[in-house]
Amino acid sequence: MLLTITTTHQPATDLGYLLYKHPGRVQSFELAFGQAHVFYPEASIERCTAALLLDVDPVGLVRNWRGRPGQALEQYVNDRPYVASSFLSVAIAQVYGTALAGRSKDRPELAETAIPLQARLAALPCRGGEALLRRLLAPLGYQVTARGYPLDERFPDWGQSRYFTVELAATRRLSELLQHLYVLVPVLDDEKHYWVDEEEVQKLVRHAGEWLQGHPERELIVRRYLRYRPHLAREALAALLEEDQPDPDEAAAHQHQEEAAVEAPLGLNQQRLGTVVAVLKSAGARRVVDLGCGEGRLLAALLEDSSFEVVAGMEVSPRALEVARSRLRLDRLPEARRQQVRLFQGSLTYRDRRLEGYDAATVVEVVEHLDPPRLAAFERVVFEFARPDTVVLTTPNREYNVRFERLSAGAFRHRDHRFEWTRAEFQAWAARVARRFGYAVRFLPVGPEDPALGSPTQMGVFTHA
Amino acid sequence: MHDRAKLVIPELSLVVLIGASGAGKSTFAREHFRPTEVLSSDFCRGLVSDDENQQSATSDAFEVLHFIAARRLARGRLVVVDATNVQAEARKPLLALAREYHCLPVAIVFNLPERLLHERNRQRPDRDFGPHVVRRQRQELRRSLSSLEREGFRYLYVLSSPEEVEAAVVERQPLWTNRTWEHGPFDIVGDVHGCFDELVALLERLGYEMRWEPEGDGVPAGGRYQVLPPEGRKAVFLGDLVDRGPNTPGVLRLAMDMVAAGVGLCVPGNHERKLLRKLKGRNVQVTHGLAETLAQLEQEPTEFQARVAKFLDGLVSHYVLDDGKLVVAHAGLKEGLQGRASRAVREFALYGETTGETDEFGLPVRYPWARDYRGQAMVVYGHTPVPEPAWLNRTTNLDTGCVFGGKLSALRYPELELVSVPAARTYYQPARPFLPEGEQAPPAEPRQDGLLDIQDVLGGRAVQTRLLGPVTIREERAAAALEVMSRFALDPRWLIYLPPTMSPTETSQAPGLLEHPAEAFAYYRHEGVPQVVCEEKHMGSRAVLIVCRDEAVARRRFDVGEATLGACYTRTGRRFFDAPALEAEVLGRVRAALEASGLWEELRTDWVCLDCELLPWSAKAQELLRHQYAAAGAASRAALPEAVASLAQAVARGQEVGALLERFQGRAAMAERYVEAYGRYCWPVHSVADLRLAPFHLLASEGAAHVGKDHWWHMETLARLCRADEALLLATPCRVVDVTDTASQDEAVRWWEALTERGGEGMVAKPLPFVAQGRRRLAQPAVKCRGREYLRIIYGPEYTAPEHLEQLRQRSLATKRALALREFALGVEALERFVRQEPLYRVHECVFAVLALESEPVDPRL
Repeated sequence: MLLTITTTHQPATDLGYLLYKHPGRVQSFELAFGQAHVFYPEASIERCTAALLLDVDPVGLVRNWRGRPGQALEQYVNDRPYVASSFLSVAIAQVYGTALAGRSKDRPELAETAIPLQARLAALPCRGGEALLRRLLAPLGYQVTARGYPLDERFPDWGQSRYFTVELAATRRLSELLQHLYVLVPVLDDEKHYWVDEEEVQKLVRHAGEWLQGHPERELIVRRYLRYRPHLAREALAALLEEDQPDPDEAAAHQHQEEAAVEAPLGLNQQRLGTVVAVLKSAGARRVVDLGCGEGRLLAALLEDSSFEVVAGMEVSPRALEVARSRLRLDRLPEARRQQVRLFQGSLTYRDRRLEGYDAATVVEVVEHLDPPRLAAFERVVFEFARPDTVVLTTPNREYNVRFERLSAGAFRHRDHRFEWTRAEFQAWAARVARRFGYAVRFLPVGPEDPALGSPTQMGVFTHA
Repeated sequence: MHDRAKLVIPELSLVVLIGASGAGKSTFAREHFRPTEVLSSDFCRGLVSDDENQQSATSDAFEVLHFIAARRLARGRLVVVDATNVQAEARKPLLALAREYHCLPVAIVFNLPERLLHERNRQRPDRDFGPHVVRRQRQELRRSLSSLEREGFRYLYVLSSPEEVEAAVVERQPLWTNRTWEHGPFDIVGDVHGCFDELVALLERLGYEMRWEPEGDGVPAGGRYQVLPPEGRKAVFLGDLVDRGPNTPGVLRLAMDMVAAGVGLCVPGNHERKLLRKLKGRNVQVTHGLAETLAQLEQEPTEFQARVAKFLDGLVSHYVLDDGKLVVAHAGLKEGLQGRASRAVREFALYGETTGETDEFGLPVRYPWARDYRGQAMVVYGHTPVPEPAWLNRTTNLDTGCVFGGKLSALRYPELELVSVPAARTYYQPARPFLPEGEQAPPAEPRQDGLLDIQDVLGGRAVQTRLLGPVTIREERAAAALEVMSRFALDPRWLIYLPPTMSPTETSQAPGLLEHPAEAFAYYRHEGVPQVVCEEKHMGSRAVLIVCRDEAVARRRFDVGEATLGACYTRTGRRFFDAPALEAEVLGRVRAALEASGLWEELRTDWVCLDCELLPWSAKAQELLRHQYAAAGAASRAALPEAVASLAQAVARGQEVGALLERFQGRAAMAERYVEAYGRYCWPVHSVADLRLAPFHLLASEGAAHVGKDHWWHMETLARLCRADEALLLATPCRVVDVTDTASQDEAVRWWEALTERGGEGMVAKPLPFVAQGRRRLAQPAVKCRGREYLRIIYGPEYTAPEHLEQLRQRSLATKRALALREFALGVEALERFVRQEPLYRVHECVFAVLALESEPVDPRL
């Protein structure tokens, strides 16, 4: 909320010409989210400091703010009024616009000159901590001083907050400093108060075109600046990297990998889907229901194969179901094929007559999201009532977790996992279920097999005896 | 042929009007039936094509007509089909519908002279078809006349002249099975199978006096039983009176005499059906104990056999009793068949539903219809011997295998008490071992199935509540609730209650305040509630606790598999503690306190359900605190002093930022107070010793949802509980306030002020009775009134600045209050259903609905 810029380039008060703000005056500006004040805490020939103070209306932010379609600020208690965020970028563009553009009516040559500058920001939120702060700013030539704060000193075990008071020092043109702040403050904050659209790509190119190409963290910067909208990020990277263009799809794939779960480096998901399809075909299944179909990845694979006559997906999350619906492009499928696809909301712990009459049911990476006491209901829903000829079930093999570098010891692969089974645990469970409901079960490894630990995913194939 | 003046039709039937164009069917239908009962093909043609005479729309029109007819019949409403229906082809789908919905098809034929038809059609400008059309229709009708009965019409009326049409009167007749006006009370007796001595013993246990009267002096030949039931009561025999046992004639005589005297009802069993066929001279296999019956009947005079045959012939498949609340049938009856008449209904009532397979003893495998039963009526049946009667989805089987050496059982209705007498001995060896080896009868089959059906919750629905009538749940809300329930909630068998949301008081206009007790008192005063209870509001997390006296109780009463003493869950039905050991410890401590305070005995229960606040807030809200509350605090404390320092520096060099400096100093001070405010509700939790549990409602215990007790009772009873373990349990300070007495209110305001100044969250004001009627509807079950400092956590650190406060005063409570009432009614309903031992799905539907309503978008600050 506070940005001070200090120079010792003499006469230091020329900072006023560069910023287009008189050092002897206090000025206030009305912005959409509140007010911005510019004043000078010090102004001498040797040293001059301009302060840009944001006065964000905390109540108005929740009540009246229309700038965040679909993501209205729900809570009155939030850090936005106190932090340097995209609000600060907007203020820089509106209050220091000419300086940002590198123009100065009265001191044009000074605007083109690198001068000793210090910027101080309070409080700067930084997702990724001080390390990321340095990774982003040091390559641009800044000396970085950062002071962190605990979340609450009374409760030390809550840990550090993500807020810093940050001082940057370098000899740069003022416009460069402002550009860096304009782009990097929201990147560090990793949030934006407005909806990101194509126009943002233009802004990024305008303010970062000169310096971002050579920045070692450019992909992270672009991705965060464009709020993880991959097609925009691709567009921006393409516009920034006129020469030496990498394949934008490769870049997207790379990002996807970075975002994806710990398993991704193995390409485990693809192997899993492939194995499921193979098992279904070997069982001769024509009518398949995917229980817990999520966003419909398996369904999409099944739909590509004409040997599956009816492909159904059940999912408990209405949101995921929406994604699945658009992923499968149901509205664009030919009428005949569309009639073979069924997508519906349902739950694995409620008996459901819609699940009856299928040759096979798949339960891919789903059971581990159920609380163990709820497994009994799941078993009855699938094996007693839906009772398909074949049930293909996959779940993580906990033994393999030590092979995942990104996973800390003892942690599950997904925050929502309620348990992860060893091979022995899974096989004991599967054998008990098979016995109880009159199925036979066999097991298949999925993914690279470690001689001691087994494969990362374990699969049980149940067939109606 | 039937009486031509009076057309008697069953109250639930599919009436097919048959006649050529111009025969006066529509006029007749208008005169004798309700407009909504009549489905006319012309009208449906108009519906789909805007033209009632558009012949090309005929097939679409009939699709609509058949669809509506099907929906009406499914709901048990009479249907009259007004179309020519002269072709067998047209009648066929209608007869199929009647069969599908087990309704009797009725044909009313308008067989009028052709001349008259032509004349009438000529007068109607919209009937421009030629005379050949009507001629053809007449011919088809005449051809049909002889085949209608064969086609399946059970009632057939032919009207052959305009005079007959004019004179006809339609009389609706209740079905034989309809005895809804009989309210009992009843004593329903399971399969007797010739066990006369046990039957007499059972009836005596039930208080019936039986006397044998020899023939003569007004007593018919052969003598009779004179039976005097306990006042107003009536016995109901579930069939299978005969076969296998030692004295079938005695049983029949007693039952027939009771039915004849109006103190008994009887439905037939499959054994009666077979005996009747034999008595009628049909060829039946003399197996399953029929031989014994025939031998015994040999000893009786022939008149007796004739009487038995007549009696059996007159039995009706099942009865619907007591305003539809009770159904009796030998082998049970699905909802869709109750109160209907068809071969399928009779077959089901006699034999139940079978899967078509046979088991290892060669007996048909029965389909467990009761497991899927979701009807409102209680179904009492027999047919398949079970060791103990058990309730499953409002159905119970009373055949306890007397003739196989079990016992003879009766159910007292509406008391639902079971009365049994043991068999004197085993009279007959069953094909399938009835009691396994070993002395003891196996435990009764699980009372409930334990597994819910998606149809119990999915989609929009209306849940009936005692307090508010139907509460509507919208489809997308149910969808949201399904996700939460499936992914996060604990086993639904524990979820017998979810707490309602609570609205704050109306907004205060007092300077510096958003909420103040005055508005709470005024609200209840205006609702006509004179006394309120003010309870200190603890700032923690809502917790519902179910505590059982031991693990066996948990298993028996809550039907759960795991070995546990109960459950502790949040307001959205999630398990409160991640660590099972901590939960077990808390439950164990509360159980000990219940023991020590003597509440188990006092409430005559072995489980309780408590509504509580669990402290500290940080125990459950740690993540929220770190990511939102502490984060905002840390950010404000990092930023505001810097701003103040810069401004101070500017002021020092004479810049005109004095006002700004003052403002930011004020903001910095408010930020400090905010940090102080949330910090009060946080402390580290390492073990149960760091937790405090404040119970404030003793919601339910065996046999009672305590919503009839006032809040003072709840508070006093729970205070006694808390005294038994003051380290864990926190008694809630409270007071009763007379909202018509200024002094009483002032005192409470001072109490609230002191409380909130010490940093307390505030108070909750409740009407003294748990359920209080307001002026037009229920009064809010509670309103909260929160303190000034606490509200910084809700409305932000700086909400007390006058300009913010003014904005925040614009808030609307209407939605929140409507939700609070509906959720309250649903919560109480869930408890009452559980206490009445209703099936799981009936309880679940209510808590699911609470969760669905909680997903309604509403200002989260209220």
